[in-house]
Amino acid sequence: MPIFLENKQLVTPGDLIAEGEYIAGENTYMEKNKIYASRVGIVEYETKRLDVVALKSFYIPRMGDTVIGTITEVGFSGWTVDINSPYPALLRASDVLSRPFRPQKDDLPNVLDLGDLVVANIVSYDRTHDPQLTVAEPGLGKITRGQILKVTPTKIPRVIGRKGSMIGMIKQETGCNIILGVNGVVLITGKTLEDEQLAMKAILKIEEESHTSGLTDRITKMLKEAKSGKEETKNE
Amino acid sequence: MNDKPEKLIDKKGLRLDGRKLDELRPVKLEVGVISNADGSAYIEHGKNKILAGVYGPREVHPKHLALPDRTVLKCRYHMAPFSVQERKSPAPSRREIELSKVIRESLEPAIFMEYYPRTMIDVFIEVLQADGGTRCASITAAALALADSGIPMRDLVVACAAGKIEDKVVLDLMDTEDKVGAADVPVALMPNLNAVTLLQMDGQLSTDEFESAVNLALDGCKQIYALQKEALKTKYINVKEEIKEEAEE
Repeated sequence: MPIFLENKQLVTPGDLIAEGEYIAGENTYMEKNKIYASRVGIVEYETKRLDVVALKSFYIPRMGDTVIGTITEVGFSGWTVDINSPYPALLRASDVLSRPFRPQKDDLPNVLDLGDLVVANIVSYDRTHDPQLTVAEPGLGKITRGQILKVTPTKIPRVIGRKGSMIGMIKQETGCNIILGVNGVVLITGKTLEDEQLAMKAILKIEEESHTSGLTDRITKMLKEAKSGKEETKNE
Repeated sequence: MNDKPEKLIDKKGLRLDGRKLDELRPVKLEVGVISNADGSAYIEHGKNKILAGVYGPREVHPKHLALPDRTVLKCRYHMAPFSVQERKSPAPSRREIELSKVIRESLEPAIFMEYYPRTMIDVFIEVLQADGGTRCASITAAALALADSGIPMRDLVVACAAGKIEDKVVLDLMDTEDKVGAADVPVALMPNLNAVTLLQMDGQLSTDEFESAVNLALDGCKQIYALQKEALKTKYINVKEEIKEEAEE
């Protein structure tokens, strides 16, 4: 039962990772007792389970995920939302209004119009039905200010870091509030535009260099340098 | 340009462009060249220059084409009007429509079609310059673009042709050899699964010749596969090395 590759090694689709009694995890598949990679990514394994952490992918909805989406269509009794996934999501009017929807009285474009951004949770999704969203929870709903950023969905865990270390550090250093949509859309709201741009820069850097080690240290250094640079210009 | 060369193989056993009988044309591959596409690749195979772009999986338009149990793969092989000596009409020709289908069918086995029902994957292949063997180069580039877009695949697909000129079986025919020569056998392969996804023959070969042509083409596929893998990895290795350099400074 050999494993043919080392931990953290870069693989391409079709690469043979292991043979024998292993469990095929994310982005891998098993055929005739052999485990192959199915995406470009980095091999990670613990005892039995083999995973490939993809370097690029798209978002597939999952129940309970928090996502950030754009309204693409205002319908008769709800909205269609683009959640950066192959499937369009549906948001019901009664859910947003938190009372029964009255077609004669309620004017949907006044509540949410084309191009509006919403933070929402996915309530239901399966192979045969498009995902359905809800905003009836604290912290969800229409976005009124801030910056939007798109990253590859698989990089979101990397932006969060181990037990939230990375995102916590960025929040602390920039003083911004950051909402990470699992679909790869990030909302940054800070006191000033400069703070927001600094946080964006940090997150983009994480996306680009996610497959390298010592990243948290480099990001901390970058943010600290940017901050001290700013203070100097202020003092002058 | 239309003058036929008298000999395709000279006394030393070299071909028109100085290649040996079992030698590939120089191949250059690049990934991520179109930023608007979800995945893209560019191939230079001898004088062939081909771009491939992948979009999706995305919503199906028109909606009635959607399949309830798997994704729809759409392929468009197209030759630019300036890709050949005489201007080619930009409208899809009979040949282009057939090649689109052939390429689609050679890529389909490599994709996990059943993972994303009710969606569509678009593959666009644009031949900028053609010099024989574009279908093989197109498959190689399209597979690379698919992998670059993050679509789950069983394996990459590589393609390469072999053929017969002047009673000799040779690898990777170029345009003149294809037109003057006796036969052309394009083969597409999933190298790790050792599965052939495309096998065609144009011309006449004996059983023995056919067998050696296929084996030669498979050999060529494996050579290109190594380049394909390298192209996919280069994109990420470059970033890694830059950081290493920064750290050393």
